[in-house]
Amino acid sequence: MKPWLYVAPALALLITFTYVPVVNMIWYSFHYWDGLSTVMEPAGWDNYVRVFTDERYWQVFRVSLYYFGASFAQIAIALYFATVLSFSTRFRNLFKGILFFPYLLNGVAVGFVFLYLFQPGGTLDTILGGHTPLWLGDPDVANFSLAGTSVWRFTGLNFVLFLGAIQSIPGEIYEAAEIDGANRWHQFRHIIAPGIRRIISLSVILAISGSLSVFEIPFIMTGGANDTRTFVIQAYDTAFQFRQIGLASAMAVVLLLIVLAVTWLQRLLLPDEEVALS
Amino acid sequence: MRSVPKYLSLIVASVIVLVPMVVVLFAAFKTHAEYNSTGPLTPPRDWLNLDNFATAWTNGHMLRGFWNTTIILAISLTGTVFVGTLAAYAISRFAFALKRVVLGLFLVAALVPGVTTQVATFQIVKSMGLVNSLWSAIVLFLGTDIVSIYIFIQFMQSIPKSLDAAAMIDGAGRFTVYRRIILPLMRPAIATVVIIKGIAIYNEFYIPFLYLRSPDLSVISTALFRFKGPYGAQWETIAACTMIVILPTVVIFLLLQRFIYNGITAGATK
Repeated sequence: MKPWLYVAPALALLITFTYVPVVNMIWYSFHYWDGLSTVMEPAGWDNYVRVFTDERYWQVFRVSLYYFGASFAQIAIALYFATVLSFSTRFRNLFKGILFFPYLLNGVAVGFVFLYLFQPGGTLDTILGGHTPLWLGDPDVANFSLAGTSVWRFTGLNFVLFLGAIQSIPGEIYEAAEIDGANRWHQFRHIIAPGIRRIISLSVILAISGSLSVFEIPFIMTGGANDTRTFVIQAYDTAFQFRQIGLASAMAVVLLLIVLAVTWLQRLLLPDEEVALS
Repeated sequence: MRSVPKYLSLIVASVIVLVPMVVVLFAAFKTHAEYNSTGPLTPPRDWLNLDNFATAWTNGHMLRGFWNTTIILAISLTGTVFVGTLAAYAISRFAFALKRVVLGLFLVAALVPGVTTQVATFQIVKSMGLVNSLWSAIVLFLGTDIVSIYIFIQFMQSIPKSLDAAAMIDGAGRFTVYRRIILPLMRPAIATVVIIKGIAIYNEFYIPFLYLRSPDLSVISTALFRFKGPYGAQWETIAACTMIVILPTVVIFLLLQRFIYNGITAGATK
């Protein structure tokens, strides 16, 4: 009996604010409900059908592709700098700090910093000069600008994770490789890459759910205007502006299922095995 | 010579990271006329011109924002430490049925993206009558996440069990062991969790935006967000306010780098 007393507070919070909402959400998703009325009208699969057939709802998946693409750029940049800084470098800690710092910033502050950077006649236009597009106003460009902002904000996280993984590879392996005549590229290819394979694949998996749950940057910077509406902005508007709780819940359930499927796939493809290095 | 491209790439990356913030810093020190007549890359004439900061501080009610954020931080961090260490104590020191199930519940919950379930969580918080009260945010941040629990369990495992046993021979009960022996030894892990979670709460936007609608309940993020509409033409004020929000992060980062890096890597390698 005793141990349950110790886990009870944590478990109670977990169940109340995570599991009960998930169960309720599934229930709501099969109903029409405005969140206020005491009766819910059954809707069958209507809400789900709408998520996949109404253009306003499924086109948000297209927007997430920009962020998904951007996360590959993010992983590549992070991997490059993590590798570079894992070898002895002057001002190593300074560079590490600078590259990581944006990740710690308040999302609203990041949004304003980039609104200022992208504004017509602003910093970016001054630097580039000549003919520049409306970075946030042109629907063909806006998603690239926002995805770029997201890369700026989150690369530091991937970078620090990769650097940590690279540094946990024992130093003797490099020494042995250097004696055997391996150059930096060989060291990267045959020691670093296999050593951090797990964290890289984890980052790719997280990129999928991450790009589907993008919210802060587009919400703060464009509010979803100019074709930049993401899945979560759409769900937020549906639930809290248009009071269609059932439809918003169906969207959330679809997103949840995608995330769970992706995680399951990861478990399937990458069972918990450590890569043998030595 | 081989290292020229390496340093060049590092410098280019640093410039890309820093320039967007530095130009905002420039704007924060400019007068309105100066802002309109100079380019964004021109440094301000007077680095001691703090007028914009004063305007931002009063008109944005930033004091209130910092105060509300501080209350939320203090209560939810204290709560998280107790809730989390108690749960970790049970998991690492007791054998009980369904232990794996409990751990599994925390693990699976980590996969549920919080932003999506808010549709339903909102109804629960509403039914508790907590909407438009600081308690909504506190209660939602209080829930211990898997990363904190994992950091606590890991650290607790490194405390020898013989210590517990010795105390219990001396007649201490289980709770006394937790309070007198485990908790004091957990200080480094507690510091890591408090810093990582503290930064996350300071930066959180969605939860306060959704639950703390009244202007009196603004936290840092939502207070800054309120500048968006009415100050569209006064970038120097917005810039100053943005800098006010960024400054504490810079200070915390410079002081606590080691803890931050450790906490971030500990969370991911689970």
